[in-house]
Amino acid sequence: MQRIGVFICHCGSNIAATVDVERVTEALAKEPGVVYAVNYQYMCSENGQQLIKNAIAEHRLTGIVVCSCSPRMHEATFRKTAEAAGLNAYMVEIANIREQCSWIHKDIEEATEKAIVLARTAVAKILLDKPLTAGETGVTKRALVIGGGIAGIQAALDIADAGYEVDIVEKRPTIGGRMAQLDKTFPTLDCSACILTPKMVDCAQSDKINIFSYSEVEEVKGFVGNFDVKIRKKARHVDETKCTGCGVCMASCPSKKGLNEFNMNLNNRPAIYIPFAQAIPNVAIIDPEQCLKLKSDKCGLCQRKCGVGAIDYKQEDSFVERKYGAIVVATGFRPIKLDNFNEFGYADNKDVVTSLELERLMNAAGPTKGTLLRPSDGKHPKVITFIQCVGSRDVSGCGKPYCSKICCMYTAKHAMLIREKYPDTEVHVFYIDIRTPGKNYDEFYRRAVEQYGVDYIKGMVGKVYNENGKLMVQGSDLLDNKQIVIPSDLVVLATAIEPDPSVRDIATKLTISIDTNDFLTEAHAKLRPVESPTAGVFLAGVCQGPKDVPETVSQASACASKVIGLLAKDKLKGNPCVSHVDENMCTGCSQCEQVCPYGAITYIDKEFRIGGGKTETRRVASVNPAVCQGCGACTVTCPSGAMDLYGFSSAQILKEVEAICKR
Amino acid sequence: MQKIEELMYKRASEMLESGEVDRVIAWKKGETCYDVSPATFTKDNLEGFVYDAFCGANLSKYLVEESKKGGKILVFLKPCDTYSFNQLLSEHRIKRENVYVIGIECQGKIDANKLQKKGIDGILSVEEKGDKLTVKTLYGDKEIAFEEALSVKCETCKSKEFAVSDETIVLNEMRDNREKRFEAVERLEKMTEEERYAFWQAELSKCIRCNACRNVCPACTCTHCVFDNDKSGIAGKANADSFEEKLFHIIRSYHVAGRCTDCGECSRVCPQNIPLHLINRKYIKDMNEFYGEYQAGAAVTALNPIVDFTKEDVEAATVVGGKK
Repeated sequence: MQRIGVFICHCGSNIAATVDVERVTEALAKEPGVVYAVNYQYMCSENGQQLIKNAIAEHRLTGIVVCSCSPRMHEATFRKTAEAAGLNAYMVEIANIREQCSWIHKDIEEATEKAIVLARTAVAKILLDKPLTAGETGVTKRALVIGGGIAGIQAALDIADAGYEVDIVEKRPTIGGRMAQLDKTFPTLDCSACILTPKMVDCAQSDKINIFSYSEVEEVKGFVGNFDVKIRKKARHVDETKCTGCGVCMASCPSKKGLNEFNMNLNNRPAIYIPFAQAIPNVAIIDPEQCLKLKSDKCGLCQRKCGVGAIDYKQEDSFVERKYGAIVVATGFRPIKLDNFNEFGYADNKDVVTSLELERLMNAAGPTKGTLLRPSDGKHPKVITFIQCVGSRDVSGCGKPYCSKICCMYTAKHAMLIREKYPDTEVHVFYIDIRTPGKNYDEFYRRAVEQYGVDYIKGMVGKVYNENGKLMVQGSDLLDNKQIVIPSDLVVLATAIEPDPSVRDIATKLTISIDTNDFLTEAHAKLRPVESPTAGVFLAGVCQGPKDVPETVSQASACASKVIGLLAKDKLKGNPCVSHVDENMCTGCSQCEQVCPYGAITYIDKEFRIGGGKTETRRVASVNPAVCQGCGACTVTCPSGAMDLYGFSSAQILKEVEAICKR
Repeated sequence: MQKIEELMYKRASEMLESGEVDRVIAWKKGETCYDVSPATFTKDNLEGFVYDAFCGANLSKYLVEESKKGGKILVFLKPCDTYSFNQLLSEHRIKRENVYVIGIECQGKIDANKLQKKGIDGILSVEEKGDKLTVKTLYGDKEIAFEEALSVKCETCKSKEFAVSDETIVLNEMRDNREKRFEAVERLEKMTEEERYAFWQAELSKCIRCNACRNVCPACTCTHCVFDNDKSGIAGKANADSFEEKLFHIIRSYHVAGRCTDCGECSRVCPQNIPLHLINRKYIKDMNEFYGEYQAGAAVTALNPIVDFTKEDVEAATVVGGKK
């Protein structure tokens, strides 16, 4: 016979202001199985926990129901409290009367009634609870970082620095990501490559870091501490172990029409190429769309020129299977497509460019060798107009509802750099608001306005049109309350950023969630910002939300510390609330195996007694408790009712439903 | 049909004689011509072997128990029965290598009850002639359109293709009526909620819980049926007056949803003539609409759409009242 204690928390006034805790206590004291019910101001406080421990001893309780906040907050606390008082940690149920009750109701009568029902439901469940013991699993001491931009690089370096192996999987031919494409970085205006490439080199030189470039994650199985990942190494048609990066092949390639992705397609590159001078790995790659040999079996020049015999036209995708203890997702971002923004004339005018394109036009390694020339005729632009918030803070549905966060700062940077280098250039910036919080950020923007004389115009642009070779930017000046037209030579669109589209596929493979804007969701917006909801998977960089380089680096290091904390453990305590099979009921139909997202179910042939001294061999399911995550998919799929979850049995759930329906 | 039966008998005796198979599952004559039942035959005893218009029973499910006894079994399957066979293979209830499947011609099976309802009593034998059926009775010969005598399950025959077979015995072209498959479901969908509720309450209240539908259903092969299992918490409710109307058939249909091949055996064996097959046929129609055409048992490895998740799946919230 169970002896249940019910502990009702006031949570200061969080609960007690809306829920009549005295009435809940009285009502629960009368519930069958309940031998003790009490309320207290802060159940999670030292005193509150002591109260629970004392009650367990005094009333010889076999289980406790705590009516308080979400189990995500204090379930672990109360499990430890129960354990300290000699109870099994799983003889604890939480009734969430805060987030799911007091916070969402205004009427005390209604909230109190609901709190009583929720508490009764927890009592109905705990009456069928059985003590559970968590198993232990080992930890593979290696981390996987998906994405080799600055986020992935920083996370990998920090993890490697702690002595653990790290693999970086980067889908492009080189690591470096978006930061490698930037010219200068705010607010200090140091060269992006100068601060990024040392970190790239560190990655290449570290004996703990292994880079899978031009590779993608194909399949992920397993769970925290024990992920099994299959990596697809896409065919680059160049043997990485032989190529020295000398570049002879690039010079010999007769096909020069490939668009240079690194330069935002602003110029061309050969079919065999190294993305940029400091690429890591410094290995060539063949673009099969452009290579004459691969397309029509003509040419083969690069193979003949290559001094080390690295060219392999027959190379095919290969696969690597590795085990990891933790995974960092750092898949980054891209500027949005501008198809919905015809008013800015991006598609029709070569001299309307995005900010990222401008980065390349100003960069010494870019298509214009660092001299700012406009793409249409290669002339110096004399009047440049920047348009901010292109697709950001857009609730019309054409763009993104969020603020892309980095545009105010980089536009100020661009404006300032142009005024510094070409003082005879007139620079205008259309803006809605200027958002520059952060250390030395607002000062930076003020410098652009006050020191460099950049003309900031509050207002949005209605359209950009070409008139006699001039780009006419028509917008409203809200402070002057008038329409203005600025004839410009170059228009720069501060294009909104969005998560790299590969994130959807990665999210599905890792069973982590994405929000309505395709940003990955953190486990808790405030208190667990670098963890995903799936244990062992962490988030770094813009894949989680818009952020600039310093913030990305901070988050990546935070991620690394979480990964190190995980890899430092030799054993992980599992979740005992896992699935199990009633072999007498199981028909061996395989449906549970098919729905299990973790591959925790296999089948065995087993002999059973069938009476009369006879036996029969039947095929039955078998659950690996170390792999099972307790999601319950098998229990609802099993047509025979043979699968059940410890701690969340079907019988318990039915009892809960009954308790809710009972009046 | 006579000719087909002869060919079947010949193959059965040949295979038993040569030892290729140890037993044969086929149909056996009863006291009357319409009292045909599934039976296991051996080399020594092929007496009563029959195949005619009354052989409606789906033999697939009998393989579950029969194949446990070891040895190789020959089974005769009509096209629609082959889907059940495949579904059972998918669920590992039968071992393929233990069974030799002969697919046999089927022009639709007839229901003696229907003849009796039309006033044709004292049936001695039937003879198919094209789309006519001649019934010899104690009271002389009667003629009726073959269509009118068709068993409910055959009125909307879904397929005349064999989903699986090792060999076939087919002499004439077979017709299916698959275009009519969802007509009855559509009629139910057009009813108001109240009308539909009244319809099913009236039908299901006829249920006498004989369990024939469950016992014959090829998808119902649980080791311990949920209705017989004390631990399920359902057994205790079985005595409630309204159990048949409110729970039994709903629970049963959900248990087989996604795996039901729409073989129609439930309605064929129901002594109260409840159109039980329409419940799962509605689910099949919905599944087709939500997830794309799916026929349980068409392939052995197919994941059934309600336990399969794809990124293209329709969002539950966008589906209201059976419409996208």
